[in-house]
Amino acid sequence: MKLFAIALFVCCTLIASSASADTPDGASIVQRGNGHGVAPCMACHAADGGGQAAAGFPRLAGLPQAYLRKQLDDFANGSRTNATMQPVAGGLSEAERDAVAAYYSKLPIPPGAPASASSAASVQLAQTLATRGRWPKGVPACEQCHGPAGIGVGDHFPPLAGQPALYLGNQLHAWQQAARRNDPLQLMQSIASKLNDADIAAISAWYAAQPATLAKEQQP
Amino acid sequence: MKSPQWILLTAVLALTACHRTEPQAALPAPHAPATSASAPKVAARFEPPAESSMPNDDFGKQIELGRLIFSDTGRYAKAYVGNALTCENCHLDAGRLAHSAPMWGAYPMYPAYRAKNHRVNTFAERLQGCFQYSMNGKAPPLGDDVLVALEAYAYWMSKGEPIGVAPPGHGYAKLPKPTQAPDYARGEAVFKRDCALCHSDNGQGQQVAGRTVFPPLWGAQSFNWGAGMERLDNAAGFIKANMPLGRGNTLTDQDAWDVAYFMDAHERPQDPRFKNSVAETRKAYHDTPYSLYGVAVNGKVLGEGSGHL
Repeated sequence: MKLFAIALFVCCTLIASSASADTPDGASIVQRGNGHGVAPCMACHAADGGGQAAAGFPRLAGLPQAYLRKQLDDFANGSRTNATMQPVAGGLSEAERDAVAAYYSKLPIPPGAPASASSAASVQLAQTLATRGRWPKGVPACEQCHGPAGIGVGDHFPPLAGQPALYLGNQLHAWQQAARRNDPLQLMQSIASKLNDADIAAISAWYAAQPATLAKEQQP
Repeated sequence: MKSPQWILLTAVLALTACHRTEPQAALPAPHAPATSASAPKVAARFEPPAESSMPNDDFGKQIELGRLIFSDTGRYAKAYVGNALTCENCHLDAGRLAHSAPMWGAYPMYPAYRAKNHRVNTFAERLQGCFQYSMNGKAPPLGDDVLVALEAYAYWMSKGEPIGVAPPGHGYAKLPKPTQAPDYARGEAVFKRDCALCHSDNGQGQQVAGRTVFPPLWGAQSFNWGAGMERLDNAAGFIKANMPLGRGNTLTDQDAWDVAYFMDAHERPQDPRFKNSVAETRKAYHDTPYSLYGVAVNGKVLGEGSGHL
């Protein structure tokens, strides 16, 4: 009987340790895919997680883990739609989504790509929307939720600074057309519905040109 | 707490429906019909001058300083601020937004007698109160640059308005009285559903890089028991018109009253006018069903815990 107990203990220990060995490795999925048909994330989001500005693929490096996880879940369950990302997220197990989100959240923020120049009028429009909003139309400043210089706040308000202009513009248009609907409290759908195309172009280009981290002199 | 207080409230409301605005408006405000869709009317609202029209001279510099104080109070009026709030947290759009206690709604109404301190107050003295109560700090002395700049800003913003007439959109939206007495548990449910995303489950808001992005709603870093926002009518009106940010007028009136009650049923720094006891201070300054100061909620008398935040 005692022998049986020891054998049982050993078996349990082995099972437990093999289970932990099976915990998905975020780095491996990002670099090589998950071995079950999901392509490596870095194919689109770049080896350093910085994204691809020209294609509108967003930076993932340094984004909040909970935000990344929620987006993967939302792609998987269809509440956020994207022809590329839905099969990817749907092909990842829950544990794999956890691992990928954890991996990217811990990656250092890579230096941003040089941004294209905007007209002075566009810059001024964007600065106003970013820092003051358009309250007579019920539009809060972007900073009021996404933080000073758009560096992001907490788990629900992702950074805007340094994201590709094409990505930001695509998302704002998607909110506006209700093609993207996974925003908490419909905050972004409401805001985007009050913006016009010129606003979206200006604010997307402006945030793309902002540094992803606060400069020393901007910190209190 | 529930019933006695709110039976009283209903009775008092019926008798003194106009008692609560401060300063007392010269004209009685027309009351909206008591429906849940009480979105404030937008007609004939005063439009403050565009910011781009600030004069480009020495006077303009003071106006601009006033605006900066509004948006980043802890930086530009540091000596007088005792919490993590800014003016703009309660006066949205740097004090320009209707139904968010805009400066153009307040400036033309002073001097005014205020029950708050039983005296006629100048506008500068009214501003001192903001620092003592809402900012839980110290009153800047009269003539201090901070007060001069804020007054210059409010004056500039009010250009062209009649004096002594409360303009539509002044103060906070006046909600019809709630159909059900505001309730902590219902308010908590509203808070979790619609507020905690930004203000956090513990009501302490969110900071990033040392800046307050979402303000703390109670506790040591929020407004004290002397602030206007501790009154349920002010809080409910502000919340209804402005929260969640960018989605004002989407909560029902009942939700706004309930969540205002929930917020104001939390402990916060002591009223600087405190004298002898919470009960005595309530009698002197909070003798209204709209204040929970000195009222027992969930077994604790609010105001008694101010020293242990």
